[in-house]
Amino acid sequence: MDKAVIEQEVREIADSWKGKEGNLIMVLHQIQNRYGYVPREVSLVLSEILDVPLARIYEVITFYHFFRLTPPGKHTISVCMGTACYLKGGAEILGELEHLLCVKPGETTKDGQFHLEVVRCLGCCGLAPVVKIGEKVYGGVKKKDVGDIITQYSEDSEAKTAA
Amino acid sequence: MAKTVFVKDTAITGKDRTRDFYGFFLGGLREKGLENDVQLVRVADIGVYGQGMVVRVLPEDFLYVNVQDSDIPAVITESVIGGKPIKDKLFTQASKQARIVLRNCGVIDPESIEDYIARDGYQALAKVLGEYTPEKTAQEIKASGLRGRGGAGFPTGMKWEITRKAPGDQKYMICNGDEGDPGAYMDRSVLEGDPHSVVEGMIIGGYAIGASKGYFYIRAEYPLAIARIEKAIEQCRKHGILGEGILGSSFNFDLEIRLGAGAFVCGEETALIASIEGKRGYPSPRPPFPSIKGLWGKPTCINNVETLANIPVIILKGGSWFAGIGTEGSKGTKVFAVTGKVKNSGLVEVPMGTTIEDIVYGICGGALSGKSVKAIQTGGPSGGVIPKEYFQTKVDYESLQKMGSIMGSGGMIVMDEDDCMADIAKFYLGFCVDESCGKCAPCRIGGTQMLRLLKKVTDGEGTRKDLDQLEQISFAMQKASLCGLGQTAPNPVLSTLHYYRSEYEAHVDKKKCPACKCEKLIRFLIMSEKCVKCGMCFKACPVGAISGNRESGYLIDQTKCVRCGQCFEVCKPRAISRS
Ligand SMILES: Cc1cc2nc3c(=O)[nH]c(=O)nc-3n(C[C@H](O)[C@H](O)[C@H](O)COP(=O)(O)O)c2cc1C
Ligand code: SF4
Ligand code: SF4
Ligand code: FES
Repeated sequence: MDKAVIEQEVREIADSWKGKEGNLIMVLHQIQNRYGYVPREVSLVLSEILDVPLARIYEVITFYHFFRLTPPGKHTISVCMGTACYLKGGAEILGELEHLLCVKPGETTKDGQFHLEVVRCLGCCGLAPVVKIGEKVYGGVKKKDVGDIITQYSEDSEAKTAA
Repeated sequence: MAKTVFVKDTAITGKDRTRDFYGFFLGGLREKGLENDVQLVRVADIGVYGQGMVVRVLPEDFLYVNVQDSDIPAVITESVIGGKPIKDKLFTQASKQARIVLRNCGVIDPESIEDYIARDGYQALAKVLGEYTPEKTAQEIKASGLRGRGGAGFPTGMKWEITRKAPGDQKYMICNGDEGDPGAYMDRSVLEGDPHSVVEGMIIGGYAIGASKGYFYIRAEYPLAIARIEKAIEQCRKHGILGEGILGSSFNFDLEIRLGAGAFVCGEETALIASIEGKRGYPSPRPPFPSIKGLWGKPTCINNVETLANIPVIILKGGSWFAGIGTEGSKGTKVFAVTGKVKNSGLVEVPMGTTIEDIVYGICGGALSGKSVKAIQTGGPSGGVIPKEYFQTKVDYESLQKMGSIMGSGGMIVMDEDDCMADIAKFYLGFCVDESCGKCAPCRIGGTQMLRLLKKVTDGEGTRKDLDQLEQISFAMQKASLCGLGQTAPNPVLSTLHYYRSEYEAHVDKKKCPACKCEKLIRFLIMSEKCVKCGMCFKACPVGAISGNRESGYLIDQTKCVRCGQCFEVCKPRAISRS
């Protein structure tokens, strides 16, 4: 990434929060929105602009599960392991995804297509077990449906919809 | 109010068809040339759950459930144009429910301040600004008997009074929208379905405690809730309901949103304050309580979303009206998110004092077909279980506590005979261990040790001594942890040990899981007398644990078996047993 570009973008984000106390977390949220994660180069620039030590920024990033330090896969698959989903077989769905994608939670597939993660309750427990891919929520997922769902997202089916 | 139609797919399984249905409905309206006269809205919460496609026609408020695409023309001609209900499609709400908090959810367009105002919105604010002093406002809430819905149940009016009396030039109001209990979504539904009532509650609270500024702390996992509150705040600023001189009075108040970032402990009030200050969400010892020394060291009142949504109604109808609902020590209603192994899962709002039986069987239809309910769990990771023998228990703060559970924020998880209590306890404890901030040793070390013991038990390697030790560590954690997370984390373990000790004992003595849930303790066996030697299991086994052939039959090698259950599922004559 080009440092000048980063600097300008980060400055814009930081400026919109200027003068507001305790803004670091909100700034980080916007940075993650923009880049998909919080790249180290960006943290370095942010540290200069906000005049806070890099350690303070990392201290916050590493405390909160929501912030990530590595780029997400093209599609993020969030498997809910909240209580309702756990009872309704969330672990089984997670196992199937791990098996099909050959990754563990928190990892991205080699081709960078899918990032698998575990979340605690997406707030739609009535639909348990729930899997979210990107912004789309799948409810009442069965183990045997998992394969079909992810094929919809793999490369060639996308080419088809694009055509 | 103009003609409005709300649609929402509430089916539990399958893909959400709201968008398709919306398209068909719009097509139907176009055919009649009504697309500009009728406002068609896809809503997030329509007030009923698990009832297929649901359509609500306003202003008449006809609610139709299980609507098919083919019903659309009839709904449009009869109800939208004709203003008449279609009797056999009409939904009647279960009568045991009462709607105070959810009064507007699924009824109004949450993005329209006009809709909210049309349903007495901001009347309560006008009333306190015009007629009440801040003291009197807090007094009214005190008289209502309202207690905090975020978990601890502290009397709200008293909290307001303490914060108001605390010395300080600047004070803050905070709305706790972190909703950390995994498996509950009451606050999300209110924030999304009726954002203005929470905003109104915040402004009234600000007036009562003498704050000029308030913060919404909402978890980042709820983007729609955030967007709705953002929009509501903007609309209020335009309408002179936020900012300088609210509604022509001399009261100034403004609101801002801060996002959570996925840390359960940030629901705890002192951690939440640290998080708003832009720091790691570490709790700090109380006292001093936030009401005395909170955000940036100033007196701060933190209230839960549901608590705040009650405020406008209480002000309008009076504290004594509210105090007339519920039980001796618990007034008003409580919203529960009933989920898990239950027929109709969804949000339920009942007067305090309703029995668990009425909720689980009366409103939610009992167990899934062919199963029977075993217990419920309330209070999430801080709560406990209540076995079905005790379902006559009333839901209020005192009764649930007496049963070894807590009211909590409103999660109510229904469990059936397939659920193992030791496994549930392990699940909740695992959650708390993941979420422990690590600041204090009892929670950090105690939790990890307890989890290790529970794993031993569910793996069939535990002993009776481990069960005793679980209890001892629990008591230590309850006493010595710094914040509510560590103090309450052992509760699910203690309560399951109390009611279901024999189930734990089966794990340690007989190495058996009575519910057949704990994988390590399950055995799959082929019963030769039932086996037809079809070889399906042989083909299905992913690890080659099954040997044999179509003449001599098949055998499972227990040392290779990974207990995936595939053979069990494919065996047509049910010749494979699971125990
Ligand atoms: C670990 C922990 C998590 C909590 N999570 C929440 C939460 O998600 N939402 C909430 O309103 N209160 C939560 N609380 C309770 C708050 O600390 C606080 O008591 C509450 O927000 C006060 O509001 P109320 O008086 O209106 O209930 C939590 C407490 C603890 C100890
Ligand atoms: S009890 Fe747990 S969560 Fe609370 S301060 Fe201690 S370590 Fe942190
Ligand atoms: S349970 Fe799974 S691993 Fe074990 S024998 Fe059956 S199919 Fe094979
Ligand atoms: S438990 Fe999975 S959505 Fe709530």
